[in-house]
Amino acid sequence: MSNVFIAFQRNEETRAIIDAIVADNPQAVVSQQPAMVKIDAPGHMVIRKSTIEQELGREFDLQEMQVHLITLSGNIDETDDEFRLTWNQ
Amino acid sequence: MSVTSVAAYDFPPKDGADKFPAPLLYIGWEDHKMFCAPFCVPVPPATKFGDFVTDALPGMFSPHPDFKHIDWNKTEWFLSGKPFKPDMGKTMVENGVGHKSVVRFRTPGLTGLGNSCF
Amino acid sequence: MDMKASKKLGLKERYTLMTRDLAWTPTYQAVKDVFPLTEYEGIKIHDWDKFEDPFRMTMDSYWKYQAEKERKLYAIIDAFTQNNGHLGVTDARYINALKLFLTGITPVEYMAHRGFAHIGRQYPGAGPRVACLMQSLDEIRHAQTQIHSLSNYNKYYNGFQNWRHQHDRVWYLSVPKSFFDDAVSGGPFEYIIAIGFAFEYVLTNLLFVPFISGAAYNGDMGAMAFGFSAQSDESRHMTLGLEVIKFILEQDPANLPIVQAWIDKWFWRGYRVLTLVAMMMDYMLPKRVMSWKEAWEIYAEQNGGALFADLARYGIKVPKGWEQACKEKDHLSHLAWNTFYSYGMAAPFHTWAPSEKDMEWLSAKYPDTFDKYYRSLWTHYAREQAEGRRYYSTTLPMLCQICQIPMIFTEPDDPTKIAYRESDYKNIKYHFCSDGCKSIFDLEPGKYVQSWLPVHQIHQGNCFPSDVDPGKPGFNPLAEVLRWYRISDGIDNRDYADSPDKQNFETWRTQATGN
Repeated sequence: MSNVFIAFQRNEETRAIIDAIVADNPQAVVSQQPAMVKIDAPGHMVIRKSTIEQELGREFDLQEMQVHLITLSGNIDETDDEFRLTWNQ
Repeated sequence: MSVTSVAAYDFPPKDGADKFPAPLLYIGWEDHKMFCAPFCVPVPPATKFGDFVTDALPGMFSPHPDFKHIDWNKTEWFLSGKPFKPDMGKTMVENGVGHKSVVRFRTPGLTGLGNSCF
Repeated sequence: MDMKASKKLGLKERYTLMTRDLAWTPTYQAVKDVFPLTEYEGIKIHDWDKFEDPFRMTMDSYWKYQAEKERKLYAIIDAFTQNNGHLGVTDARYINALKLFLTGITPVEYMAHRGFAHIGRQYPGAGPRVACLMQSLDEIRHAQTQIHSLSNYNKYYNGFQNWRHQHDRVWYLSVPKSFFDDAVSGGPFEYIIAIGFAFEYVLTNLLFVPFISGAAYNGDMGAMAFGFSAQSDESRHMTLGLEVIKFILEQDPANLPIVQAWIDKWFWRGYRVLTLVAMMMDYMLPKRVMSWKEAWEIYAEQNGGALFADLARYGIKVPKGWEQACKEKDHLSHLAWNTFYSYGMAAPFHTWAPSEKDMEWLSAKYPDTFDKYYRSLWTHYAREQAEGRRYYSTTLPMLCQICQIPMIFTEPDDPTKIAYRESDYKNIKYHFCSDGCKSIFDLEPGKYVQSWLPVHQIHQGNCFPSDVDPGKPGFNPLAEVLRWYRISDGIDNRDYADSPDKQNFETWRTQATGN
């Protein structure tokens, strides 16, 4: 099973996003690199608005991720509540 | 069709022989990649192959320490990759070397810096 | 007053209303007259509404988030400039990577802007049209922010000042320039497969992620800021590339062979351009994040492998040159840096032989190849330089007709032999560095016989300033080419060890750390 991944700039806001991803994706592997963080997960990954809001302690629009995103890999499906990455294999 | 295009598409090549002061020759020394790529030089067609070897090659290849050890009698030549025996007393044209020909030479026993082929 | 608050619309509805519902079908003119370029490439599209933009980004939120990115970026750049941030980089050797970036990459960001504006206009479907419009705006933003950020370095260091002039002239810059010119002169479908899919999805991670992470690692907050700001748009670009390819393949089975041929071509074209990135990563960064080989394994082999496994359900195969590219990962950067080292007179940045410590790193990262093939070259150069004989080649190299890189590449299974390929077309010989470049030529020879090859142009006498007479005694062709390039010999070029940049950096750094 191939990995999907997503990478963010390393800053205060993405710390909460990453914590949320780890909470929702037990198989996710986080790798810290200079100024960035890359998260890999086998086959699929889900990013949930509600979990990020819990971590941040405020409302969060998933499209706010656009400001911090560096790159990603996998087929995307985005709704108001969830952002999903998957490989169909 | 030589190009996928919206209409007829036919333009002259940029590098025909008539565009240059003399035909271009590409020349490479096998197993000596310190010279990162073969060289590209214009060579008048009436130049004798032997004169090209004596007069032009040192300027390009002598910075390599192997150059002074070359035995030109044992050198192997290739034209467009195929073995070829140039007649040193004859001209480029007479030797079949034309515009944009690739000539390579191999110097048996000499294999570059620390035998690395560089 | 009795007010009833209406429920906020969901993302999907907003996207439909703000994108699809704003489009219309023309009635005064025939659709094919309004969009005249959609058929000649042979791609068949039956229903443009089937295109899905999974980000569902609407123009209003696009402006909102882009504005926020800009505000963050310029705040960082101001802080960096105010604090003389350029003196905080690891070493002024690093700054040469920025010169390579500004001359080689920034102008093609601008070309990407033009390309996406053009194809956005040509697509009859509202979904891809809006996505292309956004990407077009992103790309011009990238060009502008890069120019702004790097202008700060231009105040202190040599080699930045003529980037635009040089992009159209200098030999190695014809590599990225011809790549993009090739893409924008294709049709709207070839362009999006070339740039949107092959470059953005398969290869762009190799350009931006290690480069920008490398900038951060070497203390360059300025380049890190513009790089990540640009990169934050890339996810959208990559997604466009992937969605477009799926859309085209789902529309008609006849599209598959055309798309596969473009993937083969553009993977190879893009991969060859990345040769410059390979050497930047392994040789130009004083502190390295990862080797080219490691980056290739992560972003090409693993990620690209996953992508092509996903696309296999449409019948798409791994691009033709894939296997060779994987074999070259052990060699690419070394061959490239030797090229720039040898022709270090003719590039507007500095080069150097790696130090003993650099070589230890290279040897550890390339255990199978560095000591065996490349170490003795650098040791030789260093020894020559110590004895006052810094090697500069003064004879022009043979170039590949397609990628326009000097013929430095070796046979895939024999790293000691330079690879030569040739084709005859209308009684003229054409030469290539690889099977990949040769097959691109053989498919469309009429296009590539027109390649503007810098070396041939010099020999044709087209690269001298207009005030000189090549027929006059004492004419020095190399000096005149440098003048035409606007490279100041001894200042912008040659070895870092002898450069004013090095001397200035050391002086300023001393002033910055004490009095």
